[in-house]
Amino acid sequence: MIPEIGHFLLIVALGVAVLQFLVPSWGVWKGDARAMAVGQSAAQVQFALVFLSYLCLTWAFVQKDFSVTYVAANSHSELPLMYRISAVWGAHEGSLLLWMLMLAGWTGAVSVFNRRLPADITATTLAVLGAISIGFLSFMLLTSNPFDRHFPVPADGKDLNPLLQDPGLIIHPPMLYMGYVGFSVAFAFAIAALVSGRLDGAWARWTRPWTTTAWLFLTMGITLGSWWAYHELGWGGWWFWDPVENASFMPWLVGTALIHSLAVTEKRGLLKSWTVLLAIIAFSLSLLGTFLVRSGVLVSVHAFATDPARGVYILGFLAVVLGSAFSLYAWRAPRLKSDGDLAFFSREGLLLLNNVFLVVAAAAVFLGTLYPLFVDALGMGKISVGPPYFNAVFIPLTAPLAVLLGLGMAVGWKRAKLKEVVRQLRWPAALAVLLAIVLPFLWVDGIGFAVFGGVLLGCWVLLTSVHDLWGRVRAKRSLLNGLSSVPRSVWGMTMAHIGLGVWVLGVAFVSLYSVERDVRLAAGESAELHGYQYFLRGVDPVRGPNYDADRGTVEVTRDGASITILHPEKRLYRAQQSVMTEAAVDESPIRDLYVALGEPFDNGDWSLRMYYKPAMQLVWWGGFIMFFGGILAASDRRYRLTKLAQAPVGADGKVGA
Amino acid sequence: MRFLIPAALLVVLLVFLGIGLTRDPREVPSPLVGKPAPAFDLALLGEPQRYTQDDLKGRPVLVNFWASWCAGCRVEHPLLVKLAGEGVEIIGMDYKDTDEAARQWLQRHGNPYRRVVLDAQGTAGLDWGVYGVPETFVLDANGTIVYKQIGPMTEQAWTEKIRPLLQGQKS
Repeated sequence: MIPEIGHFLLIVALGVAVLQFLVPSWGVWKGDARAMAVGQSAAQVQFALVFLSYLCLTWAFVQKDFSVTYVAANSHSELPLMYRISAVWGAHEGSLLLWMLMLAGWTGAVSVFNRRLPADITATTLAVLGAISIGFLSFMLLTSNPFDRHFPVPADGKDLNPLLQDPGLIIHPPMLYMGYVGFSVAFAFAIAALVSGRLDGAWARWTRPWTTTAWLFLTMGITLGSWWAYHELGWGGWWFWDPVENASFMPWLVGTALIHSLAVTEKRGLLKSWTVLLAIIAFSLSLLGTFLVRSGVLVSVHAFATDPARGVYILGFLAVVLGSAFSLYAWRAPRLKSDGDLAFFSREGLLLLNNVFLVVAAAAVFLGTLYPLFVDALGMGKISVGPPYFNAVFIPLTAPLAVLLGLGMAVGWKRAKLKEVVRQLRWPAALAVLLAIVLPFLWVDGIGFAVFGGVLLGCWVLLTSVHDLWGRVRAKRSLLNGLSSVPRSVWGMTMAHIGLGVWVLGVAFVSLYSVERDVRLAAGESAELHGYQYFLRGVDPVRGPNYDADRGTVEVTRDGASITILHPEKRLYRAQQSVMTEAAVDESPIRDLYVALGEPFDNGDWSLRMYYKPAMQLVWWGGFIMFFGGILAASDRRYRLTKLAQAPVGADGKVGA
Repeated sequence: MRFLIPAALLVVLLVFLGIGLTRDPREVPSPLVGKPAPAFDLALLGEPQRYTQDDLKGRPVLVNFWASWCAGCRVEHPLLVKLAGEGVEIIGMDYKDTDEAARQWLQRHGNPYRRVVLDAQGTAGLDWGVYGVPETFVLDANGTIVYKQIGPMTEQAWTEKIRPLLQGQKS
């Protein structure tokens, strides 16, 4: 009964979504205030319906209702409760329901928090979100109903994909979807700006916190996904340039560009049509990611089970939503006039350059991801594009970004003097060069051109960020006074930039100085890697809730002192008979010690794979710090003040960035 | 006019995606199906002699293109090890890879291959029409390609398509 209720609630939600699209649209067209106001109640009712429907599916999983096809395919009687709850989004149908829940949540939030916006902007925004909602709800109801039943009821389920039975994967998809779906809000605001023809500093100020929030979730989602791959795939890598990873990375790059161009639009009233275009593209890429992952046009490790009918539907949906958005853009964007000129050597000029690099980087990723598809469609054969292409293209495109970042913070709005900037930045620059020489020796015991370059860029970003903050604090009477006078959006910006610097340092060290070794060990033997002794005490059988594992006990010592005991596992999941590697990692900011079990030999020996990975943690820390910076920036009080939100555009360069 | 560029690009993209949908990379059979295996003459991993397409004749075999850098290969690997254990002959074509990386990879994950052919330059892969690793070709005793699996080998593909083909060969 419960699954039928869930199904019914979705159908009702679709009806409400149609209302949410049609009534406010009509209201905006006729100028009818009561019709415009319908959008808000519809959005809230829709959220309640989708949320209850989501609970129904969760209930089916918790109760192990294997008469529901989706539950039977993705759960098992022995699956622990935690994974039964997260299995809701373990495959296509349920993850779509999660997508929908997020969309309804974002829409509900817009309806609650944006009461002070002009009525027509709110109404248009909610109508656009309603239209997107119609698309996804009907997609789910027509091609991918998670509540479908099947008879006879199987005795047991097929179990959740063992790759997904990991704590990291419990929160990774919700974070990622929050990010993807969050860009729908910026998209809807962009459409509202085009429809109303009003795009000013106030519009940018409404859009910024929503965009930053979507971005911070996407940042966290990508970081967690990478963390998961590192721990679960058992081969020490953390980014593979896989189509599905790229599908999440492209909106991130464009979203990052959007955050920066919104700052220019808010402060200086420039780059208006460009900002709107970025908002449309960021969401387009989110939708495209959904298409790539679910239609099967590209081969990926992570892809969902595919079905051509779904591909056709999403393609049609993409055509309708993006087709109308880009047509509207072509029609209305020429009317968006800039409120002034753009000088190249100014903060807005450098931010524009930053946008160019970010968008070109996104385009390079896009090209590499879709190139096999293009070439195949043109009948020119089948090819694959691998990590060598991405590394060769991506690094040269992103290195200038780090340089620009440091400069941009020191350069003022409108117009700046190069001499003044050089004078300000000579100490951070000199210190960065010094650190780039010293740090590699301390950290990884070596130096080369590549590591020097990487560390230089990382330190440059870190030091210029701190320097910028120091400049703001120093002007005040006391340290405490100075620190408390810095607005939260500036703290957020500084944190996000520091996160990037930390991330660059981590990437430079870990990709250039990782050491790995494969050994064959019998119980009681040990092997050495990078000064650490790995002593294999033994490998014992362990019985987990839904798997059987061989669990190794590896004691790590250095110069006789015990460092840690690691337990890498090789699990055989009983229901699917698939083998998974659980690597064991001893983490510290300085280095990761990583051990994975390989294959057993006939005489009871084991092959072991060991890694020494310097600064691996900095890569995750970088992501977390950016995430945290995003929270600070999005929660700045000026976004919450009614008065400020309605104030005319200020050209003050002091507040925020 | 320049404001129309994004819309124009979108149309181009949608056309390509539409064509992409009709060409499911996993489903579309290779033009090589029904034809003899393309010629190659390459070195083997850990063995002194060379290996050619003629060595594939005489019994049904699976020819699996893989690489140590390939993500999908690790996904299908346990299944290949299982099949090898059941007596299925699998020839590995190590695609655009180094000997050392391949050796380490096999040591770590187990070696399901009767022979590992080193296609370091990817020339054989080009002739065989490899789109991306992993790909698995099913050859009959005459050395004719009878099926091609694109992407990781799955339990389903094995039981529903490949095993019946191989059984048909033996009887």
